[in-house]
Amino acid sequence: MTADAQRAQNLTDLLRADADTLIGTWVDTVAALLRGRSTKKELEGDFKELFAALLPLVGNDGKSIAGPEFADLRALLEEYSRGRVRAGFTPSETASSVFALKRVVFDLTENSDDPLMFRQLMAFSGLLDALGLLTFESYAQAREEIIREQSEQLLELTTPVVKVWEGVLAVPLVGTLDSARTQVVMEKLLEALVETGSEHAIIDITGVFAVDTQVAQHLLKTVVAARLMGAECIVSGIRPQIAQTIVALGIEFGDIVTKASLADALRHALRKEGVDVVRRETV
Amino acid sequence: MERVPILKIGGVLLVSIQIDLQDQSVLALQEDLAEKISSTGAHGVVIDISAVEIVDSFIGRMFATIASISRLFDADTVVVGMRPAVAITLVELGLTLGGVRTALDLERGMKILGQLGRGRES
Repeated sequence: MTADAQRAQNLTDLLRADADTLIGTWVDTVAALLRGRSTKKELEGDFKELFAALLPLVGNDGKSIAGPEFADLRALLEEYSRGRVRAGFTPSETASSVFALKRVVFDLTENSDDPLMFRQLMAFSGLLDALGLLTFESYAQAREEIIREQSEQLLELTTPVVKVWEGVLAVPLVGTLDSARTQVVMEKLLEALVETGSEHAIIDITGVFAVDTQVAQHLLKTVVAARLMGAECIVSGIRPQIAQTIVALGIEFGDIVTKASLADALRHALRKEGVDVVRRETV
Repeated sequence: MERVPILKIGGVLLVSIQIDLQDQSVLALQEDLAEKISSTGAHGVVIDISAVEIVDSFIGRMFATIASISRLFDADTVVVGMRPAVAITLVELGLTLGGVRTALDLERGMKILGQLGRGRES
């Protein structure tokens, strides 16, 4: 009786003694939960590390998991959660795999009616709850990082300045224009004008599906700024619906040259550059 | 106070601004330039601002003022080498420099003045 009671008194010892069985059951439970989308081997590797980090902290009830003694465990769990995000698991599935350990441990201590053990179990359960929430948090964080990276990449991808002829640059704009993007376009274009010494720039908005007053204002500012530097901008590819919007909004393009298509704009720019495009005479 | 030198090349006066402009130097430049155009009978003025990184509305207005002064002496003004950041600032300030010609660099500016000069003779 005494030996048994002492053994039951300490949850940490109990967990340590049955570590392998516990991890085995834990892996089985989670593998069933994820329906084969993660191999048992992977899970076993992850859970062994987690369990090893968790074990010394079980008796630490009442302490916040933000404390320094939890640093290793937090790092491990964040890493695990991050990996799950990239692999496309939902946050519930990630958190459930942590909560699954609770059931496994409860099953193990089911037969014990020791009040001390019950208290320890409550603390352990609270600890796991906190860890589960932590996976949620790092999941959201990882998601946010991905989104931020993507929007930065998008910004770079969608604003190329290309040289179409000696002295003629073109900026094909695609997608939705907002103030931030128009600002980037404006700066890139002006820099490119100086770098290449081009006197003409074509801003092609064939791929733009909506223009509001603010965007139009930015476009006009770009054109005026280019003019201040001694270069001319041509706006081409205005869609019929956008043309209607522009007129309805009362936006004045003034003496800015606008052309229906990029080809027309290029021809106009070439003529201004003093280049004639002539069809070769066929014999 | 630093003064901006005014150089004469043929019938063109070249003003190359290499210093941080103070309001005093701007006023002095306007006076000097008026004096110089009147004494040399130049037909064109080139203001090179490729070294200017910061502008305010006062400097922005200087270009328009110089252009108006030169016009009184029947000389054309070309501002050359404006940096993108300066151009953006001027646009944000609402200064579009109407009546002032601009060019990407000094060479192109001289070419524009040459064309205008030829138009004058014919």
